[in-house]
Amino acid sequence: MGRSVKKGPYVDLKLLKKVMAQKESGDRMPIKTWARRCTIVPEFVGHTFEVHNGKIYPKVFVVEDMVGHKLGEFSPTRVFRGHTGRKK
Amino acid sequence: MPRLSGVDIPNDKRVVISLTYIYGIGDDASRRILAATNVNPDVRAKDLTEDELKKIAQEIEQNHTVEGALRRQVQGNVQRLKDIGCWRGLRHRKGLPLRGQRTKTNARTRKGKAKTVAGKKSIKAMR
Repeated sequence: MGRSVKKGPYVDLKLLKKVMAQKESGDRMPIKTWARRCTIVPEFVGHTFEVHNGKIYPKVFVVEDMVGHKLGEFSPTRVFRGHTGRKK
Repeated sequence: MPRLSGVDIPNDKRVVISLTYIYGIGDDASRRILAATNVNPDVRAKDLTEDELKKIAQEIEQNHTVEGALRRQVQGNVQRLKDIGCWRGLRHRKGLPLRGQRTKTNARTRKGKAKTVAGKKSIKAMR
């Protein structure tokens, strides 16, 4: 089920603040974050995030098409290495 | 047989039903189309007058996405998910269910026909 429209999208405020600070200073350093549940808003476009997946921080470069998705959708939490005994 | 929206040739069923043979038109859309065009939903498709056919065709043209255009739209949506590399896109690439369903068993609609794996224990053997 989707989130109530009344509340608007969930955006991690601290993260948004960091993005805004980056916009001001103009640097594009990846922002390390744990806020996987944070919705990607248009302000994020062009910034790079390092989204925690429980172990490492895969880099996520936000493009326009990603707006409306959550950061966590781009940082898989599971690694599938194939089944045992399956020959290549 | 009447021809609507390109290739579709619904047969001699009631119009409400035969319209649903068009990709992108289901029960509800079909009923709404007929209501909007003032066509009796109970007449057989073959008994439609030229005028009624034209009205239906026009209504579909204007207010509904069907067939090729709809397929392209769906394909485009899937392609977008794949391109941005989000979770749902990855699942599309792998041909697995997108919405967190279990894949240990079932999920055959997405995974296709079961591929037997040599040496895999049967359910009986696991007990």
